[in-house]
Amino acid sequence: MSYQRRVAPVADELVLAPQPIYRVEGVTQRYHKRVVLHIPALEVQRGEILALVGPSGAGKSTLLRLLNFLEAPTTGYIHFQGYSVNGNGPVPLALRRQVTTVFQRPVLLSTTVLNNVAYGLQLRGTAHARRIAAATLEQVGLAHLMDKPARTLSGGEMQRVALARAMVIEPEVLLLDEPTANLDPANVQLIEQAITEIHRQRATTMVLVTHNIFQARRLAQRIALLMEGHIVEIADTQTFFEAPQDVRTALFTRGEMVY
Amino acid sequence: MEDLFNGLWQALALILGGDSETWQITLLSLQVSGVALAFSTLIGIPLGALLGLRSFPGRRLVIALIYTGMGFPPVVIGLLVYLLLSRAGPLGFLGWLFTPSAMILAQTIISFPLVAGFTMAAVMSVDPALRTQVKALGANTMQTTFTILWEARTGVIISVIAGFGGIISEVGAVMLVGGNIQGSTRVLTTAIVLETRKGQFDLALALAFILLAIMFAINLLMLRLQGKLDR
Ligand SMILES: Nc1ncnc2c1ncn2[C@@H]1O[C@H](COP(=O)(O)OP(=O)(O)OP(=O)(O)O)[C@@H](O)[C@H]1O
Ligand SMILES: [Mg+2]
Repeated sequence: MSYQRRVAPVADELVLAPQPIYRVEGVTQRYHKRVVLHIPALEVQRGEILALVGPSGAGKSTLLRLLNFLEAPTTGYIHFQGYSVNGNGPVPLALRRQVTTVFQRPVLLSTTVLNNVAYGLQLRGTAHARRIAAATLEQVGLAHLMDKPARTLSGGEMQRVALARAMVIEPEVLLLDEPTANLDPANVQLIEQAITEIHRQRATTMVLVTHNIFQARRLAQRIALLMEGHIVEIADTQTFFEAPQDVRTALFTRGEMVY
Repeated sequence: MEDLFNGLWQALALILGGDSETWQITLLSLQVSGVALAFSTLIGIPLGALLGLRSFPGRRLVIALIYTGMGFPPVVIGLLVYLLLSRAGPLGFLGWLFTPSAMILAQTIISFPLVAGFTMAAVMSVDPALRTQVKALGANTMQTTFTILWEARTGVIISVIAGFGGIISEVGAVMLVGGNIQGSTRVLTTAIVLETRKGQFDLALALAFILLAIMFAINLLMLRLQGKLDR
């Protein structure tokens, strides 16, 4: 498998188990007989931020739904934490609860901001959910919004609450589907800072879908280019930008791709 | 016009004066329709949630039946329940005919399709993205359902109001299966019919005002509940 070719310092290899957190094997996803995703092999390393870029309709969101076990693949397996998930049978709840997604359009529950952030903890029966949620809001500088009805917030505030709601459950994997699309530069910066901070503190594995290749460059250790359901290239960030193997990657990073 | 005022006065006099028969009739109305509503809510909300959120074989058929039930003439349901409970009927052994139990059964059958139908519409109008988000945050099937019902709470409350409105003011079914027996199965609507027939318009109007007051009070209560939940 490809982790043997992974570019990593030797010491790292010895200290960290080279086991990837996800191993996608022969996965295809079909909707109404149309194949929208075909990934023979993909590994997500524990603790990395992997960015997924590519044109609209490439299958990025579909891949995230599969990684969050919100749908099962039509064919193939997703190996995660020692389990193998395929289309047969439901995914154990305990497994699903190790992963969460922040979507492009934040969907908040029609209750207070505090209750929104406490929600994921309450689902898990965690004691003192609201107190922990309050502490998290404090930490991300949203304490002043705590008692507001969530549906009255601005778009940027909503997305920051959605991120707080995801980080409070301390997931093993955080999936981010264009978390900063349609946000103003100030909020983009706040969200990026929060992502960096979560990664620094908890080494949470993240898969970040973004249309902004500069954001991918700022945040990710590796980047994958997805086109028409296929991974065209996956490489560490520097290689991806400076020495891409595929001409389409070069065109994409230079913003010259016409699609 | 004079009749109306007389009726209103008499209603107040009967209720405040503690007329025992009026009180008994009013309480029985509340009891029968209240218990029937409790049963309809227990059946209707889960059924509405199931129909609105899951797909299963026969779903369309059940929805068509529910819609039919929502507009079904209460008197026809009364007739069917009568046949069911009559001595020769399949449930005749219960001995329920001409008792409040029969009235509760008939009113439950009348109101649960209303509760189920409106609940279904309410949960279906919740943003589908919310369901995906809730699942992504780790909700199991039950938790997802409760969260969506919570998001649809305004519509769910309306479904309960509709269910109650459909039975407290209903006369045909309770008349048939209850028999309007003084002191045991006479409720507000059947008493109004009786007093009107007897030409006792003042008394009929008095009972009508009590009925309207109940409906108004219930609606106020539900609106307050809705306001409390709306945050
Ligand atoms: N539930 C679905 N049913 C049918 N087709 C779907 C479904 N979800 C996605 N698709 C199709 O699959 C393809 C990939 O969609 P996907 O949302 O994964 O793309 P994307 O890369 O996230 O695009 P964007 O950048 O616009 O968000 C699209 O052609 C889309 O129309
Ligand atoms: Mg997408």
